[in-house]
Amino acid sequence: MNARKLDRVTDVAIDVFMWSFKAVIIAVVVVGSVLTLLSGTYTPADWLELVGAGLTQGSIYAMIALGYTMVYGILRMINFAHGEIFMAGSFGGYFALVALASTGMLSQGVAVSLFAIGLAILAAMAVSVLLAVGVERIAYRPLRDAPRLVPLISAIGASLFLQYSFRGFFGSGLYAYPTPDFLKQDAPIPLLSMRWVDVLVVVASLAMMTVLYLFVMRSKLGTSIRAVSEDQGTAALMGIDANRAIVMTFVIGAAMAGAAGVLYGLAFIQVTYFMGVIPGIKAFTAAVLGGIGNVPGALLGGLFLGLIEAIGPTLFLSGFGVPATNQLKDAVAFTMLVLVLVFRPSGILGERVTRSRA
Amino acid sequence: MKLNKVGALAAVSILAFAACSSSGASSAPSAAAPSAEAPSAAPSEGAPVDDPLGTVEIQAGEPVHVAYWGVLSGPDSTLGEDSRQGVEVAIDDLGQFMGHDILLTSEDGLCTPEGGATAATKLAADSTLVGLIGSACSDEAVGGIKAITEAGLTTISPSNTRPALTAPDRDATYAGYLRTAHNDNFQGKVAAEYSYNQLGIRKAATIHDGSAYAEALVGVFEAEFTTLGGEIVASEAIAKGTTDMSTTLKTMSAAGPELIYMPMFVAESGFLVSQIPSTTGLENVKTLGADGHYSPDFLKAAGSDAVGHLQTSPNFSAFTGDYAGFLEKRAAKFGGTPLSAFHAQAYDATNMMFAALAKVAVENADGSLTVPKGALRDAIYATKDFVGLTGTLSCSATGDCGAPVIAVYEVTQADVDALVMPATPIFP
Repeated sequence: MNARKLDRVTDVAIDVFMWSFKAVIIAVVVVGSVLTLLSGTYTPADWLELVGAGLTQGSIYAMIALGYTMVYGILRMINFAHGEIFMAGSFGGYFALVALASTGMLSQGVAVSLFAIGLAILAAMAVSVLLAVGVERIAYRPLRDAPRLVPLISAIGASLFLQYSFRGFFGSGLYAYPTPDFLKQDAPIPLLSMRWVDVLVVVASLAMMTVLYLFVMRSKLGTSIRAVSEDQGTAALMGIDANRAIVMTFVIGAAMAGAAGVLYGLAFIQVTYFMGVIPGIKAFTAAVLGGIGNVPGALLGGLFLGLIEAIGPTLFLSGFGVPATNQLKDAVAFTMLVLVLVFRPSGILGERVTRSRA
Repeated sequence: MKLNKVGALAAVSILAFAACSSSGASSAPSAAAPSAEAPSAAPSEGAPVDDPLGTVEIQAGEPVHVAYWGVLSGPDSTLGEDSRQGVEVAIDDLGQFMGHDILLTSEDGLCTPEGGATAATKLAADSTLVGLIGSACSDEAVGGIKAITEAGLTTISPSNTRPALTAPDRDATYAGYLRTAHNDNFQGKVAAEYSYNQLGIRKAATIHDGSAYAEALVGVFEAEFTTLGGEIVASEAIAKGTTDMSTTLKTMSAAGPELIYMPMFVAESGFLVSQIPSTTGLENVKTLGADGHYSPDFLKAAGSDAVGHLQTSPNFSAFTGDYAGFLEKRAAKFGGTPLSAFHAQAYDATNMMFAALAKVAVENADGSLTVPKGALRDAIYATKDFVGLTGTLSCSATGDCGAPVIAVYEVTQADVDALVMPATPIFP
């Protein structure tokens, strides 16, 4: 009797806590935004500049997030080596682009430059795919029937192995992407203030993700991937080669990460062996935010995270007179993540079937 | 088969290490020291030297063991590697010490307080260790110095520049800490004076990355600049690992600074400098950095956007020693140009330690050495008019040994094309 009462009391206490948590965050967001906007420190043009920055960063998160979300969808495991696959793609693209630049391709007009960048993206995809397939074969497949935490540890091991192998090969210094000059100029887009490189990143990532989505939804191979992620056993009974579908998932995720690596290099210039860690974590966050296991969710989650990181700290906090708000970028982004998950525990586009399969 | 052998070897070495560390840091001569081939000489009966902090016994044929600790992995690893290379060149130059080889081991401090604590604790437990060079990042020293001081050991840092580490009111756990790096009170002051007096800047913005190093420098700069009569219009900060600086730059441009003081490390500085030109309102702003990104990597990261960027760093042209000779030896051993700005300080720190060691080490009849740790520490603190690469070094009572000569450098297009940091200062 007493125990039951206590349960009720704690339930109510938790409810009250959750509600006040939501209320406080929402109040801070609303009041902070209003105060910031009223203060007039920032012009509308400033805000649009921030939106442009957020979109660029967000599209890169989204492309990496796809790999996390697809592998989770099919294997129910978090591929923590995915950030390193992204890093490897960036390196592959770097060496390809340097080679192409030495032939003078980057200084021969827009079309030739874009062609060279396309080639570099293909090279990056090839490097990433090879590595990802190798990681799947060596670090994950032998553990497929092991308890869930085992492949997770193996993934962390694979991640460190890749990081420090690259460090061994290429040193701890950084490499700077060669970028054709026209990419650094401002693009004449109404309202948004973006450089051409930002436009390239956003357009290329949206295009690639659309192709991927159509592939998963329409093609035969895509259907088999979805079938295996629904129910591996039944799919096998229907004559689907589960291993092939799983390897394809890794291939697609890695190809996206490799392409994202080149786009990242073009936009942010610096490439080091350590660069995959933070984007990897952020992309994983984006995947969870969008609803892990869901392809359009990864896109939405990535863009949402990028935009919140760019706009959030300034919009929500500077109105309160918080100094150096941008240092709190991650705090703001992750608070928003918690808020989204409080309202929608399975993410923005969370899979409706998650519960039955978890 | 092969794997088994490797495994067995690993197990044996772990056992040997455990034996090493369990013998404690006292005067007991350790039997399980790293070099195995030496015919173990009879342990000397009762150390002839008495020292409040204990002694280290080095048997005949065994090496004198010193360690380097500092960041060797992660994004800031060039800083630690640069210093370690300086230490290695110094050890090559020394050759042998009183008939003993010199053994250098290293521990990675990860550029964080926790990493520094782990590295220092591990090294402090090694009873064969005579002295240390490090740490690389000020944060590592904050975390690790207690373990080192308590083990009776002494460390000399070639690259920690945070003022508090050698402040007059530092606590007793810093007794084992000295540095050959300059103190940032000095570097920040030079930056502020140069901006105000030479450039005529009246409105400055500052930015740091939350590291002990950058935050302290920003603090010194802001205080000095305001004292001179200037105004700090924006104090910004970013999180380490931030790639997109546009939001921070936007906030700054709203305040209308004439100069941005940005004493951060390589990656973040590169992002910041290369994103300034595309920020409206900051087209004509000057940027002034510090020695934390005095590295060719910074030029790679920023490209031609770095042209015109100003930096304070040790004045290489004012070095009194044979710096050119050092660079040749370094290049012959490791290739390329130095990775960062503190290799010469590391070279000096190593030589300073061995100079002090030469004063206190006692050679026994059986060829073994006895190093009294307390006397060694005192001897390092007593260093006076030591002629090194970076100048003539004398240690203060709180461990500042550096001969601070800070200069201002300006990056030119030629530097960017050659990927070499400017060598001739524009000031003084």
